[in-house]
Amino acid sequence: MRDHLGRPLVAVTGMGAVTSLGFGVQDNWSRLLAGQSGIRRITRFPTEHLKTTIAGCVDLPEEAGGEVLTSPLRVERMAGFAMEEAVAASILGAKGSFPGPLFLGMPPVEVEWPDRFLLTREASNPSYAAMTAVTGGHRAIYENYLFGGVGERLAARFGTRGAPISLTTACATGASAIQLGVEAIQRGECTACIAVGADGSVHAEALIRFSLLSALSTRNEEPEKASRPFEKNRAGFVMSEGAAALVLEDYEAARARGATIIGLVSGAGERADNFHRTRSNPDGRAIVGAMKNALDDAGLEPGQISYVNGHGTGTPENDKMENFGMRAVFGENAPPISSNKSMIGHTLSAAGALEAVFSLLTIRDGRLPPTINHDEPDPSITLDVVPNVARDATVRHVLSNSFGFGGQNVCLVLSGEPA
Amino acid sequence: MIRRQVVITGTGLVSALGEGPDAHWNALSAGTAPVVDEASYAPWTVHPLPALSLDTQIPKKGDQRQMEPWQRLGTYAAGLAIDDAGARDLVADMHLIVAAGGGERDVPLDEQVNAELANANDPAQAGARLNELLATGLRPTLFLAQLSNLLAGNISIVHGVTGSSRTFMGEESAAADAVRIAHARLAEGRGEIALVGGAFTAQRWDLVLLYRGGDGMWEGPHKPLSERPASGQGGMILGGMAGFLVLETEEHARARGARILARLDSVASDASRRAAPGEAAEAARALLPRVAPEGVEAVISGASGAPDAWAEEEAFLRGLDAPVRRPANLIGHGVEGAFPAHVALAALALSRGGFYGRMDPADSGDAAAPSRILVTGFGQWRGEALAALSRAEKN
Repeated sequence: MRDHLGRPLVAVTGMGAVTSLGFGVQDNWSRLLAGQSGIRRITRFPTEHLKTTIAGCVDLPEEAGGEVLTSPLRVERMAGFAMEEAVAASILGAKGSFPGPLFLGMPPVEVEWPDRFLLTREASNPSYAAMTAVTGGHRAIYENYLFGGVGERLAARFGTRGAPISLTTACATGASAIQLGVEAIQRGECTACIAVGADGSVHAEALIRFSLLSALSTRNEEPEKASRPFEKNRAGFVMSEGAAALVLEDYEAARARGATIIGLVSGAGERADNFHRTRSNPDGRAIVGAMKNALDDAGLEPGQISYVNGHGTGTPENDKMENFGMRAVFGENAPPISSNKSMIGHTLSAAGALEAVFSLLTIRDGRLPPTINHDEPDPSITLDVVPNVARDATVRHVLSNSFGFGGQNVCLVLSGEPA
Repeated sequence: MIRRQVVITGTGLVSALGEGPDAHWNALSAGTAPVVDEASYAPWTVHPLPALSLDTQIPKKGDQRQMEPWQRLGTYAAGLAIDDAGARDLVADMHLIVAAGGGERDVPLDEQVNAELANANDPAQAGARLNELLATGLRPTLFLAQLSNLLAGNISIVHGVTGSSRTFMGEESAAADAVRIAHARLAEGRGEIALVGGAFTAQRWDLVLLYRGGDGMWEGPHKPLSERPASGQGGMILGGMAGFLVLETEEHARARGARILARLDSVASDASRRAAPGEAAEAARALLPRVAPEGVEAVISGASGAPDAWAEEEAFLRGLDAPVRRPANLIGHGVEGAFPAHVALAALALSRGGFYGRMDPADSGDAAAPSRILVTGFGQWRGEALAALSRAEKN
């Protein structure tokens, strides 16, 4: 079976998810439909002097004793959990031998404070020259912080094929990972692959950096109310952690082996912006272009989209631009749009992958997850944002938006299995 | 599926030897001495970047201020490639894949924090003080300059490249896979023109520290690349470099009358676990028939000097009956910049109808005017990659 461009259809046959709401697809989905928030006060590290002291942290079992893992290890653990769940659900390959490549969306990593402090103590000198002199023999530091480290360890554990591809397109990373996987199957490079988006960057330095860009909500007193996409009093996003993994598979091959088809990734579109490092062009060209390219890639008209899983970060700028872009693409009859980030915060590199998972569940269950914290409508947001309460709907195709810092915009179209 | 031929119509090349095709062709075909800085990061030698006329490629000072040297280098080299391809008016639909490392840290701030907190006894108190030092010490622009995907972001902003934008991470492998996927997308008809490459700045303590941890670095004054691995220590000397390539479908390039430097016939990659000696060499051997079924007449080696990868690559090269050149002896190892820079060197030789003089004492054989060149990439830790280029008929 081929799509309108003669390419193989790409099915999703396994999914895994972890967020601040919990571990596992089903637990996350039921909490999202119930409108629960995973945003809490940060307890993992001291928060004095931070403007933002809340986040959507994922508490890892191995951190229960108080020891905090570094970001690359957190990313690896969460991605590994999601991959385990997705691969098990797909019933594809044997344990430790997955018959396809890995596309891993993840944040950039770098040597972190505990290791710099360790090296400083060993060197009895705080300078980089002195630290470098004693790094010999610290192979774990090297392998932990190499950009290819997380991908290599996951590829080894799951036995994926070929060189794992690690990538970042800021807040669009998870969607880019799926897009790369879809392209690899369409190109005939593989019949199956794993696409992952994972992020575990909630630490003090990252919070401070985003605060310096005035990007984060500072509604610290009411953590669960802090993420307010599309609402009048929104004032920034809430930084969060999580991971999602999708087993992507050539549809015919999946059918032939009797796999359960969760849905299809039927289109992907992207468009880069050249306006500003952290803002979209006021003419909306890039985000409109990304949405239209995704629809064209899927061979769909705007009217065939029955729900949009929004980027909806809760920053004043993003939500206004997304509303503008939606109107430009869909006109008067824009479909409902809701933001999972109202509940799980902005999981950054994981967001596009998590939102693809939830888009597929929306189709499967015919139920739109809500945008919570919708207390006071913003007159400039004219869309139906599925306020506060989940809703039944017949959904065949979902558009999922991801718009990143640095102007990297990716939209996916998720669809139900062909009748 | 229709497979289209992909050609290289522009290169953006910067290394310690200079910038642009003429500087590299002149230095490397005649035989040249390495350019090194043995003092600034002693005992770690680096190959420094040449002075860049940033204003020529990044005209707005405001844009330059939003970047640190790594993003400036990459943005600059990307502009060189676009100019070389005569493709300034094609940027709106040009696709972009960048192989990125991380941006620079604020080294004085890190050292100040280390001095105050590395020996702190009370974790809660130290954590609070760390927050205070960072909240007052970090500069907002530095965050954007640190973000890996913002090299691509800056290329979009400064040069207007907006077809699509992807950033791969993962050292040498990321660069090889960036070239591989950019090539594959054009070959299957996803777009007509793409910009792909990477940049690496070696004059940075944060990266010297990271790479030293793998025990692959050469300690001391410069010594020929091929003589380092036998010494029992690491053999990498880092070198600042950038390599960007404008790739184009041949049909598109010919239709617009573009100068074609070379065909990019094929790119393939793998990542063996390297659990036992010979695995990486075997992985590369398995890739060879896929990229160069008709054999090759010359090789540009991506040898970094990392000892285990060196042994594997040498074993692989022994099976090829072709002259080999090892640029890292002269320009150092440029991690994400290396593979695209070496592909650019191969394209340059094919376009000039010649080949390079010996770059390292181990380089052997000569090829007057090879028509097929193989580029190898053995990652310092993981990743094996090959690219095959061939001479194209002039447009």
